Amino acid sequence: MLTLTCPYCGVAACETELAPGGEAHLERFGPGSSDADFEAYLFLRQNPHGVHIERWRHAMGCGKWFHAVRDTVTMEVFGTYPAQTYGPPEEIVAKVRERHPDWQVPEGGA
Amino acid sequence: MSEVTVSEAGPRGMVTIRGDLGEIGRIVAGIAGTAVPATGRVESAGARAFAWMSPDEALLMLPPDELAEVLGALNAALAEHHALAVDVSDARVIFRLNGPGWRDVLARLTPADLRPAAFGAGVFRRTRLAQVAAAFWLPEAQVAELLCFRSVGDYVRDLLENAAAAGPIGPRPD
Repeated sequence: MLTLTCPYCGVAACETELAPGGEAHLERFGPGSSDADFEAYLFLRQNPHGVHIERWRHAMGCGKWFHAVRDTVTMEVFGTYPAQTYGPPEEIVAKVRERHPDWQVPEGGA
Repeated sequence: MSEVTVSEAGPRGMVTIRGDLGEIGRIVAGIAGTAVPATGRVESAGARAFAWMSPDEALLMLPPDELAEVLGALNAALAEHHALAVDVSDARVIFRLNGPGWRDVLARLTPADLRPAAFGAGVFRRTRLAQVAAAFWLPEAQVAELLCFRSVGDYVRDLLENAAAAGPIGPRPD
């Protein structure tokens, strides 16, 4: 069971109160972009064995989208933060690096 | 024998407020006669309650006969703000769980943390009740009120009555 704390209402919401939104911080490629970029934007996703940044919606609560950084292997949650941003805040990156010293914010994240 | 009685709370006026609560919270609270609810909380004054729903949404609950007057005052006061106050009394239904076992009844149905330290008086918890969204709070001692969409009201009533009939959770103290 995954428990994420909603950064808007502060509720420790279990997985069943949330709706998953997939990989976070995608860069959008719209009209005018190359076919390869558009395909990658639409279909190609990270599936890491380790640290992952995801979008979640507090569907059975305040209804807001937020971001979560977690480890897909250990299910450790490094933190959650609001959606109105291009990348994870420094303190969450620092927490990830305590466990994974070489981890870099994936391409597309600020 | 059940320690909890489940009943429908009867008609209640409900007004949904959309807007930046930091900006309009005081205005609404002034008209409602309550305090401004902090994040995840509800403030009551008599039969009126002002509940925090999300960063840009709140719900005002009040007796039905006071609705028209309060809604008119709200719309006048919010006219100059980027905000909305709408009568949604028919959208949702309120159930009352009356009796010392209310915590056990809810615990059977929701993943929310119901320990007294996490869920006490003044907390307005929006969560999941079995398969549907619901919210509950404690208007008075030994009474929990539960809010859900009217479209799933029959389902929620069956859930609550079934959970209440099962008695308390865990080993009996005797």
